Amino acid sequence: MTRKLLRNKVVLVTTSIILITILIGAFAHQIAPNDPNEASIINKYSRSSDEFPLGTDHLGRCILSRLIYGIRPTVFLSLFTMLCTIALGTLIGVISGYSIGIVDEVIMRICDIMLSFPSQVMILAVVGMLGVGINNVIFASIMIKWAWYARMIRSMVIKYNNKNYILYSKTIGTSRSFIITRHMIPNIISEVIVLATLDMGWVIISISTLSFLGLGVQAPTAEWGAMLSEAKNVLSTNPSQMLAPGLAILIIVSAFNLLGDGLRDVLDPREV
Amino acid sequence: MTKYIIRRILIAIPMMLAVSFIAFVLINLIPADPAEVALRVNEIIPTDEVIEAMREELGLDKPYFQRYLSWLWDVIRLDFGNSYINNTRTVYGEITRALPATLRLASLSLIIVILVSFPIAIFCAVYKDSFFDRFIRLLIFVGTSIPNYWVALLLIWLFSLKLGILPTSGNEAKGSIILPAVTLSLTYISTYVRLIRNNMIENMTENYVFYARVRGLKERVIIIKHVLKNSLQSCITALGMSVVQLLSGTVVIENIFSWPGIGRLCISSIFNRDYPIIQAYILMMGILFILCNLIVDIVHHKLDPRLHGGDIN
Repeated sequence: MTRKLLRNKVVLVTTSIILITILIGAFAHQIAPNDPNEASIINKYSRSSDEFPLGTDHLGRCILSRLIYGIRPTVFLSLFTMLCTIALGTLIGVISGYSIGIVDEVIMRICDIMLSFPSQVMILAVVGMLGVGINNVIFASIMIKWAWYARMIRSMVIKYNNKNYILYSKTIGTSRSFIITRHMIPNIISEVIVLATLDMGWVIISISTLSFLGLGVQAPTAEWGAMLSEAKNVLSTNPSQMLAPGLAILIIVSAFNLLGDGLRDVLDPREV
Repeated sequence: MTKYIIRRILIAIPMMLAVSFIAFVLINLIPADPAEVALRVNEIIPTDEVIEAMREELGLDKPYFQRYLSWLWDVIRLDFGNSYINNTRTVYGEITRALPATLRLASLSLIIVILVSFPIAIFCAVYKDSFFDRFIRLLIFVGTSIPNYWVALLLIWLFSLKLGILPTSGNEAKGSIILPAVTLSLTYISTYVRLIRNNMIENMTENYVFYARVRGLKERVIIIKHVLKNSLQSCITALGMSVVQLLSGTVVIENIFSWPGIGRLCISSIFNRDYPIIQAYILMMGILFILCNLIVDIVHHKLDPRLHGGDIN
């Protein structure tokens, strides 16, 4: 499997892009040339120079440094959101798929209701009620996404539950937790990873959109969506401000989308 | 058929009640006391007495379920109460004032989506793997990975600032609807082109197409009358879903282009903590979503004879 993944060029290239981005974000402190929040009015809108490789913004802050520090809220928080969503969705999905009857019925009806709102509206609703801020945005994103994963994982559990090897395990009296952790999860997880990777792009765009609207990450924290929002205010005088953060989002989202497609090709050749 | 419609409507009613209950519960999850919030936004100092009076006025002293029922009764009569920010304005009035602009924007976008995606998708499917097809597939990929607010900024820069042919924002100037509508439709165009194209390509390998070729039908007739018609099924489902998506998707676009619609109302209400408006917005979108689902299911059922055993009447 690993060799197959490594041979796929798309997977290799996109994984490298994502890993490099994550590493740059993790070592932002060492890599960034300047302090992302250090304003100097004399240097505002300066062009690219040795000191400021990508120039500066309306407060004279180094754009490259802000871009690098922006990886943390934009990419890391999206990854965190996705992990929480999968964890919650898997837990509830496995419980639901395994406990046929009233528990399953109740969980599925809750999922139906959660899915009966368009996702964007639900996020706005939760943020609207709990107040503006990135914590609430993440909470809202997890709240609307888990139901989707729970339902999908439930149907996978039910599907795998009738496979011969699991029926055999049951016959020889293997404990339920062993079946779930050793047989069920490893089978489900590859499918979930593909979908989660494809969803990562959506999460990144969604979180950065909310920051762009001012509902997520608050100033002066560097975040790509928020940087675009600042760029929007000076669009008529300094249009080049919007290039770097926009391209950054485009590249990372494309990387995740391509990786998802590539993983699907490798892990699930039946569908192609 | 009638039986199916009735059953489908009967399923929709409890869903709507559930959605209304969520909208009601959400507003009660606010960390602050709604009475206090209502006082604060009107710049009244919240002493215990005033809060007590306000609680009574808002009916907050009654039991939870009773409050839900009375709220539901008001909502059915389209009475959502008054805005917290401007007590003289009703929520219903605020929403109906903003709705036409959003509807105008969303419907123009929908028209653009349909007019653009069908020809492109058909062309891509017919000339599969040609240069045009590969080029469009690249564009679609970029279209799904690009944040639409960035596209909006790029379009404003190009058409309003650089070329100066379209206004940047507002809805008064002539042609001001073009940029927001185009931006809004771009994401959906990429979804639809991919959907229709893949569907048509899938259908082209079916036996009935082979049979039609054997009968000597013209390729154009096969494509339009047989393949496209069969591919429309899933498009209708997606189209029904995207009506609500378009309406809720206007939130970002309206904010960028200062378009005075529902989306902007919602965002400004979030910033102003004008909870009744947010609540009405959630409720409206939820109900709309269920209604669209309902209509799509019924249309789908009607169009696909296989779903009701070939009995069209």
